[in-house]
Amino acid sequence: MAMTYVQKLLAKASGQASAAVGNVLEPEVSLAMSHENGALVINQFDEIYKGTGREAKVWNPGRIAIIFDHRVPAESSKTAGNQKKIREFVEKQGIKKFHDIRGDIGGICHQILPENGYVRPGQVLVGTDSHTTTHGALGAFSFGIGATEMASVWALGRILNVEVPATIKVVVNGKLPKHVYAKDLILHIIGRLTAQGANYKVLEFHGDTIRNMSTSGRLVLCNMSVEAGATSGLVPPDEETLRYLREEAGVTEQVEVFGPDPDAVYEQVLEIKASKLEPQIACPHAVDNVKPIGEVAGKKLNQIVIGSCTNGRLDDLKVAAKILKGRRVADGTRMLVFPASWRIYHKAMDLGYVQALSRAGAVVCNPGCGPCLGIHQGALADNDVALATTNRNFKGRMGNPKAEVYLCSPAVAAASAITGVITDPREAGR
Amino acid sequence: MTIKKVVLKLGDDVSTDIIYPGRFMATVLPTETPQFAFADNTDFNRRLKAGEILSGSAIAAGKNFGCGSSREQAVSCLKGYNLMIVARDISRIFLQSAINLGLNIIICPEIEAAEGDELEEDGGKIINRTSGKSFAVTPLPKARQAIIDAGGLIPYTRKLLGATANR
Repeated sequence: MAMTYVQKLLAKASGQASAAVGNVLEPEVSLAMSHENGALVINQFDEIYKGTGREAKVWNPGRIAIIFDHRVPAESSKTAGNQKKIREFVEKQGIKKFHDIRGDIGGICHQILPENGYVRPGQVLVGTDSHTTTHGALGAFSFGIGATEMASVWALGRILNVEVPATIKVVVNGKLPKHVYAKDLILHIIGRLTAQGANYKVLEFHGDTIRNMSTSGRLVLCNMSVEAGATSGLVPPDEETLRYLREEAGVTEQVEVFGPDPDAVYEQVLEIKASKLEPQIACPHAVDNVKPIGEVAGKKLNQIVIGSCTNGRLDDLKVAAKILKGRRVADGTRMLVFPASWRIYHKAMDLGYVQALSRAGAVVCNPGCGPCLGIHQGALADNDVALATTNRNFKGRMGNPKAEVYLCSPAVAAASAITGVITDPREAGR
Repeated sequence: MTIKKVVLKLGDDVSTDIIYPGRFMATVLPTETPQFAFADNTDFNRRLKAGEILSGSAIAAGKNFGCGSSREQAVSCLKGYNLMIVARDISRIFLQSAINLGLNIIICPEIEAAEGDELEEDGGKIINRTSGKSFAVTPLPKARQAIIDAGGLIPYTRKLLGATANR
């Protein structure tokens, strides 16, 4: 039976020769990730064992990762209490992949997992965060689940009722034009598929544009695949995947890789010519409300945010620093930068990116998710308009239902910071 | 069969940011989340908290209900008021969490209902008693039935562990 990448992965993970679309499997979980909502997972986990007379022990502490990123450092005593509860649980259960609020190993979960070598091709990875789709960039079948589902995983070590999803093949060929990035590509794809277009399916990325793209860019594609409803985004692993694992994630052991069968059956094939793409903007209040930048250029901005699990990586900060170096964030516009991890932050300091952004007037904050979902710094006032490299622009997303959020690439964000209005980076002169 | 009154009519792509705004996410316990249900819809939130919405009332939604964040608070806050969700379809994570927590959800691809309409569940369909029209229901995935029958994922997981709770 010819299989897509996810079919083959799920067959292997379930110890079966094949896996047909729609089959219901209960694969073993390679890695189970949570962040501050681990507090709720712990509550539900304790509920499972309550009154049974059994000790509540997780199935495998080595396969659980907990990363504090949503509200760091704690903004309230309530959050501090949740974090304390998790810290105590981590200690008691012997969970080692724990990233506390620290300026060395801390950061956003979807950057911490790949950069520490926790993610490997072929894994079944679940996280209590919808952007867990990110890790498909390294060939893991990686998807978001609810807290109670995670409590069940912590107890059983397997995930129940996984239906083998149908696959949409996305084939991208050609060279991305100057100032057009992975973010523009995925916004374009979401615009074409719509917010529901990939519901209960996965996206599998192919084509020479993807082969030539760095893992950093692939992480952007898979991160936002969920905005088209996809269970996961997937890049079948290749030389670049192995390079990333070896050189950037410190993985020393042999990594087994496989690809989809050449005659695999795809539900839909979406072909894209990279060379035709322009910078894209997702307009309020839906991620699939995507327009080429020319249609919204000139829109006045109150706040610009660069960062998040989507676009807070070193290459993103490099692009922004290059555009903003020696220039100035426009008066009347505030600019916030949230690198995706402290490792990235340190490299960005070594390379002078942090200094260039800060001297231009940007406030370079500590790594975290906060402003993306309006829970920690960077909240908007009524009628404010924000432009962000984050992943969602739903009503109320940045902390205020009376504000508007536009989504873009770091290049668009940086070019717009100089003018204070949505600006095409191809016109920024760098 | 019981009649459920539609107390809120929603369109497509209602995200969990609408159902349970992010700024209340530090509140996690199912006993505490209902106070923030649809917090940015101040009138509906007020009516919920004031007890003006009867237990068992219905929300009629369009496609892709519950899209976006995996926050389970968006499910537990609705469960707290014992609301029924009738939607044209439901996003993956929300659907699974709803089954896990035992929120009453009905997938009804053609549903047409306005606020104030009275709905009746009748086997494989929903009858809108106000308009007189009836709409087919898509059964929940068969594989999930064991979780529903067990009363949610917590008791089901307990069963799989071979444990029983003495309460």
